[in-house]
Amino acid sequence: MRLTAEHQEIILAHYRAPHHSGLREPYDAEVQRFNPTCGDELTLRVRRKGEGEQAAIEDVSYQVQGCSISQASVSVMADLVIGRTAREAEELHTEIAALLRERAPESGAWPSHLGDAAAFRDVSHHPARIKCALLCWAALRQALS
Amino acid sequence: MSAMARTLDPRQIRADFPILHRTVGGGERLVYLDSGATSQKPVQVLDAERTFAETSNAAVHRGAHQLAEEATEAYEQARGQIAAFIGVHPAEVVFTKNATEGINLVAYAMSNAATSGDAAARFRLDPGDEIVVTEMEHHANLVPWQELCRRTGATLRWLGVTDEGRLDLSRLDEVITPRTRLVAFAHQSNVLGTINPVPPIVARAAEVGALTLLDACQSVPHAEVDFHAHGVDFAVFSGHKMLGPSGVGVLYGRRELLEVMPPFLTGGSMIEVVTMTESTFAAPPQRFEAGVPMVSQAVGLAAAVRYLTSVGMERITAHERLLTEAALGTLSAIDGVRILGPTTTADRGSAVSFVVDGVHPHDVSQVLDAHGVAVRVGHHCAWPLHRRLGVPASVRASFYLYNELADIEPLAAGILEAQALFGATAPGPERSGGTVACA
Repeated sequence: MRLTAEHQEIILAHYRAPHHSGLREPYDAEVQRFNPTCGDELTLRVRRKGEGEQAAIEDVSYQVQGCSISQASVSVMADLVIGRTAREAEELHTEIAALLRERAPESGAWPSHLGDAAAFRDVSHHPARIKCALLCWAALRQALS
Repeated sequence: MSAMARTLDPRQIRADFPILHRTVGGGERLVYLDSGATSQKPVQVLDAERTFAETSNAAVHRGAHQLAEEATEAYEQARGQIAAFIGVHPAEVVFTKNATEGINLVAYAMSNAATSGDAAARFRLDPGDEIVVTEMEHHANLVPWQELCRRTGATLRWLGVTDEGRLDLSRLDEVITPRTRLVAFAHQSNVLGTINPVPPIVARAAEVGALTLLDACQSVPHAEVDFHAHGVDFAVFSGHKMLGPSGVGVLYGRRELLEVMPPFLTGGSMIEVVTMTESTFAAPPQRFEAGVPMVSQAVGLAAAVRYLTSVGMERITAHERLLTEAALGTLSAIDGVRILGPTTTADRGSAVSFVVDGVHPHDVSQVLDAHGVAVRVGHHCAWPLHRRLGVPASVRASFYLYNELADIEPLAAGILEAQALFGATAPGPERSGGTVACA
């Protein structure tokens, strides 16, 4: 796999010093997800206020065993969704998943509201690794459902 | 001069494999170290398939026109050549889609034995009966038996694996007992490279009257294997791991067993007489080949067998031993690299799996791929084995006849680079959360 140097740096920064990591109390939902091709494992907890689409995500905490992409992705996701509503998190998931799956051209930068998730653009060229980047988003969707 | 006197020259071999001459990424030389997953094909195999398609293509075992006869002859000739390659009778060779289908064929035949009369009693399983596997099996030789046990009420048991990555035979007599109906085990581990001792297992199975099935996917491509000499009842292997096409595999079954074994898939080609209410079945191997089979793939696999034979299986084994010894030496010398499985070439094939402390296998693979080195990462369809070894995943380099000693250097260089980039010793602040795989 080939990542541009700038994107690799962003991913490495999250990988080396992940944001919001660890499992915290209190929480309203906890889910565990596996990546069946490599056995990677993610435990994700969500603390939310309210119910349904308008529920406010107050905290996301996690423990992850995985590659740099899956570790960085959950760190970036926590940054993006804490303080947002369940609906906004769902929209971000949909947008990032679509960008990853459409194999964005290398020249096209991702929208700025996606924050550090933009560093995952080059992952779209490596289908085997897309699920590493999306493992945490799938877990979040499950935790919020 | 005997074939053994000449060592194999991989440069000469590589000339036959067009794909090995392409570059990857930004013009990197392709270093293909993933033959354990699938091997590459020489022009001789590609030509055989193409020639068949261009000259003799027709549905086999049906039709009386010239092409149908030529196609049938090519298909049966292929069966004969493959049978000779593994030391068995052509009627004992069943073509399947792959090895996985071969194992499922036996597992479902055993299910079907419950309703197939006294002739199939040998294959029947009841609650209280047991099937024995090993802890180092590929999922293909584990999940079908779990499912068979679920369908029949039988119990699955297994032989464990030692810390050194060898089969633990110390409890052989306790695990394989008069309750055991079938023992299914890998000839060579696709992860550890370990070559398992067939004689003591076959002898113990014979003592208690159990059937044996050998998963030979990782042995037949790399060494001379004679199933009659091994005395196993069934064996499977895949074409695509031995220079052949995908979509074709082989189930070997001892003749007198195939004679009385009920079919798995039913339909055209496998029948004797059909009425609106019932059917009788053809003799083996046709009984187990329902539908129009994969002819060009069988023809391609026979070409692969001829290619391997012309190079010489003993030379291939010796060449791979040389590469494995060099790889084990080079990788062991890297700080933080731990080899899974035997660290010498004794009773060991050419799959070399390892973990790099503090660096996830995916990240190792990412760096290697950027340098044109293709390896396998993950649990290699042997999740329970990885659990036993205490690692979630590993990196596997696997060698074949077309690999060279020069392929090992970029592998080692890539590991060092991955350690510098992702490893615990890499620059950057201390990690606070998230456990790191393999640490």
